[in-house]
This record gives sequence, C-alpha cells and structure tokens, in this order.
Amino acid sequence: MNAVLQYAVQGLAAGSFYALAALGLAIIFGVLGVVNFAHGAFYMLGAVAAAVLLDTLGLTLWWALLAVPLLMFGFGVVVERLLVQWLLRLDPLYNFLLTFGLTLVLVEAVKQRYGVSGLPYKPPDVLSGRVELAGVVLPRYQLFVFLFSVAICVLVWLLMTRTRVGMIVRAATEKPELARALGINVGRWVTPVFGFGVALAGLAGVLAAPFRAITADMGNNFAIILFAVVVIGGLGSIVGAVVAGFMVGLVEAFGQAYAPTFAQILIFVLMAVIILVRPAGLFGRKEATA
Amino acid sequence: MTRSVVTEAPVTEPQSATSAGSPRLRWVLLAVGLVAALALPWFVYPPVAMDIVAMALFAIALDILLGYTGLLSFGHAAFWGSSAYVTSLIATHHGVPFPVAVVGGALFAMILALPAGYLSVRRSGIYFAMVTLAFAQMVYFIGYQWSGLTGGENGLQGVPRNFFGIELVETDSFYFYYAALPILLLGMWVAWRIVHSPFGRVLVSIRDNTQRARALGYEVEKYKVIAFVLSAGLTGLAGGVFAINHGFVALTELHWSTSGEVVLMTVLGGIGTLWGGILGAFLSVMLADYLASSGFDGIDLVTGSVFVLVVLLFRRGLWGTVRYQWLAWQQRRTSSRRTSAGADPAERGP
Repeated sequence: MNAVLQYAVQGLAAGSFYALAALGLAIIFGVLGVVNFAHGAFYMLGAVAAAVLLDTLGLTLWWALLAVPLLMFGFGVVVERLLVQWLLRLDPLYNFLLTFGLTLVLVEAVKQRYGVSGLPYKPPDVLSGRVELAGVVLPRYQLFVFLFSVAICVLVWLLMTRTRVGMIVRAATEKPELARALGINVGRWVTPVFGFGVALAGLAGVLAAPFRAITADMGNNFAIILFAVVVIGGLGSIVGAVVAGFMVGLVEAFGQAYAPTFAQILIFVLMAVIILVRPAGLFGRKEATA
Repeated sequence: MTRSVVTEAPVTEPQSATSAGSPRLRWVLLAVGLVAALALPWFVYPPVAMDIVAMALFAIALDILLGYTGLLSFGHAAFWGSSAYVTSLIATHHGVPFPVAVVGGALFAMILALPAGYLSVRRSGIYFAMVTLAFAQMVYFIGYQWSGLTGGENGLQGVPRNFFGIELVETDSFYFYYAALPILLLGMWVAWRIVHSPFGRVLVSIRDNTQRARALGYEVEKYKVIAFVLSAGLTGLAGGVFAINHGFVALTELHWSTSGEVVLMTVLGGIGTLWGGILGAFLSVMLADYLASSGFDGIDLVTGSVFVLVVLLFRRGLWGTVRYQWLAWQQRRTSSRRTSAGADPAERGP
C-alpha cells in the first residue's frame, strides 16, 4: 500500500512537469493552429540557457527561472515573426514541417557549440536531499518541481479565466470562427501567444536542468511524449493537456515500478486506447479535424 | 466496396494524379530514368548509389500517402526500420538469398501497418501525423528494449548478402547494386501502378474531397488503410535492401528523424509527383554524402535549413515546380486552340 502511494506521488510529481511542458504546446496549437514540433527543442534551449547562465554569470536556479522564460519569450517572438507567420494561413502540416526543420537546426547548433556530453547543473542546496511525508520519500527537488509546476498551471489557468487577454485567447482556442465573428482581433495575439508558449517550454527546461542530463538531444523524445499528452487531452484543450499530463506521469511512474521494460511504450498504448475510444481526445472537440 | 471504378480523370484537372503530358513524354522520362538507374554506380560510389535508389522507393512509398491520399505519415521509419531488422534477421539466421529475406521484411512491415493504419486513419491531417509518429515511437522503444533480438543500441551486424550462390554479389557492392536494383524498380513500378489505377483515383478523390468521396459510396477508411498497408510494404522493400546494402542495421532506422528525412525528400522533390521523390532522394543522399566526405559533421544544420527554406519558399518542390510550369504552358497552348481552358492549377497542400 505504501509502495502504491509512493508511486502515485512520484507519478503526480512527474505529471505536473509534463502538464507544465504540454501547456505551451496546447496553447500554441489552440491559438495558432500550429503543432509546434520544435517544442522539445525550445525545452532543451531552456535547460541549456540555465546551464550557461549559471556557468558564465553565476545565475542560480531562482534567477534562471525568471530570466530564461523572458529570453525564450523573445526568442519565440523572433521565430514567429521570422518563420511561422508566413505559413499560418496554409495547411497546419506545413508548420509541422517547418518546426521540424527548425528542430534539426537548433539541436545540431547546440551540439556543435556545446558538444554531445551533458552540461553540469547544480541546484541550490535548499533543494537537495529528501523529504519524508506520511511514509512517502520524495527528493526535495521533485517536491519543488511539483509545487512550482502546479503553481504555474494555476497561474496560467487564472490568466486564462480571469483576465481579458485570457478570455480572448480562450475564445480563440475554443471557438475561433465565433471569436472572429464577434470582432475579436485574434491576429494581434498570435505573436505574444507563441512567445508565451515558447517561454513555458523554456521554463520546463530550466526545471529539468537539475534532474535530467542537459544535452542537445534531451528534447527529442520528450517532445513526442508531449505530443502523446496533447493527443490524449484533446489537441485544442488546455485543461485536457494538464489532465493528460498527470495521467501520463502516473502511467509512467507505475509502469516503471511494475513493468520497467514497457514503461515508455505504455504511454503510447494509452494514447492508442484513447484514440480508439474517444478519437478527439479526452477534452477535444468532436469536430476538430485540422 | 460498393462502387467499382472511377474511369478517367476530368480533362480540366491536369495536375493531380496522372503524370503530365503526352504518353510519348512519359516513355522518354521512363527511358531516361532507367538509363540513369543503370548507369548510376559508374558515377557514384556503388553503396551510395544503392542508398539513393532505396531512399527513392521510400520517398515514393511515402508519397502514395502524402501526395495521393493527403495523409502525412510521420512514422514511416517504423516500417522502414522494422523491415530492415526482419530482413537482416532472416538473412542472418536462415541463409536464404537476400531477395527472399527482403520480401519477408516487406511482409512484416505490412502486417505491422495493419493495426497502425487502422488506428491512424481515424484521424486526419495533423492528428494523423502525430498518431503515426507516436506509433513509430512505440516501435522504436520495442527495438531499443528487445536487445536480445535487435542488438539494442549496437544494432545488428554482419548481415550477409547471400545471392543464389553468386559470390560476386556477396562481396562486391557494384554487383550487389545490379542484383538489388530489380527489386526496387519493381517496387517503383508497383507504386506507379497503384497511383494510376482506379484505386489510386479513389485515393486522390479522398484527398481532394473526403466528404464527397464518402457520399459517392466509397468506404474512405478502408481505402486509407489499404493505401497505408501498401505504402508500408513498399517502404519495407526499400528498408530491407538498404539493410542488406550496409550489412548492418542501426537503431537510427527506427528513429523519427528517419521519418523526417524521407518527408524532406518527398517535399523537396515535390509531393504528389513520383519522380519528385526520386529527385529528392538523389539530392539529399548526395548532399549528405558530400558533406560527410568533406568532413562537415553538422549535416542536420543543412538538412534542417533546407527543410525550412523549402517549406517557406518552395512548397511545390523541384519536380513539382517544373511540372507545374510545364502544365501551365501546355494548358495555355491548348486553351488557345480550344474555346475554354481548364481551371488554374491551384496551389495545394499535402
């Protein structure tokens, strides 16, 4: 029983992280209709940026959590203005291919600059060690990731439901035609929303820096897990991304505990089952065919 | 199938499935292509030449889905790679001539494609791309984990080239090229037959207007699954030859970057044009070979940039652009003779 609780807690901690990372992907898809293949590369850039900031300027994790998302926001704005905007009116597949090409370039560029071996990253001392709560042992850092991710998810949720910008973005994600018909200028929000999504990917990268190996390839398989997350949740749905993020975290944690060989595959099995039962995903719109 | 055949394409739709122009032009192209295929290993290092033809069939097989059915599969590495593994295992453990092993690999790819296709065609567009990608990732992990069979990260080595006891083929890549070429050309011919058959016309009609195809009584999902399985089979044929050519299989063959690579070839050449796939494969294999031999190790920087530029500026691809101009010119010519000309060949998505 205790073991089950342990895995559940670990799964929720991992899930919160997936939710945070998938959030940006879901928001970008919702508003722009872009399946951002480069999300994994942006996540990797966030982690690399954190490592470089620590190495060169001595910026600790706390500062990186602030600085890197800002940098990544700027980077996202540049990418949107330079590349993505030209294809927005075409079939979404073109943007998928564009961001795929961008991924190759970014990953290879980092490989050329920083090599293939991982960059070191040391989290602040406060976050090292373990905590024990009701018989469940959790690395202190994992607890921090959990709390931080949940806080960000709640923050984004508040932003989406309580502010004017959020209403517009929500309207644009859920009923784009209606939003346009009501005279909401969705186009104005495209660039900042893309930047915001990229910033969230970068933030996830910073969070990952202390517990994952920081390499150019770190985002590759991660991105595909995030795709599975948003497909399970329903592509256009932000709530779906968060719920599915937790689901995938739990499946992974229990999979690793009871069937370690199949842990990675289980996520995709879950996705296959969801597609069979609910083709549009858990929270997806039925008619959503892009 | 409730409806049997669609006989002929409307005259005013020159650019879709049928290859352009007069039958004579088609024969000229075919002859040039055949001569080029036969002459290739004289000008290009034979193993590289073999890669070009194998990749060309891969790109063509993908285009049956992407160009002719309107489905972007981003998981074709699953069929390419799994056939490479199965072909190599058969060739290594059973000592059969390699063409037999390759056919075994292709059959395995088709069997694998049946559930994958059944699942994927439930979604279209970008969802289809993501589902195929996820499925391929599953296959990748199986290949990675099942190291007893696949050799895990080390891959399979020492795959033999047994060819009905003819030693030259087994030792010399030059002769191997000519032994394996018929398999790949046969695959290309099958692809050509598929897209130019009544079945292929139905695929195009599904691509152009799924609702209408459904309303006409076609079971769209069934057609898509069949196209998916056929495409996977041809992909498997190419993957098997590729594996035998190299004498080993690496995990890379199952990786999504391989899926991306073949999409690039198809897009670079021009989707919906079988010749484009050949051209795209030729260019990207030659480019990779040139970069590798000149000591440049950041191939993905170039590949990725080409991808971005082609998608941004050159969506018809090389062959597609040439064909588009040719058709536009022909149409202008015929329209001056006849009273009314056909529709403007509009730009179209995959």
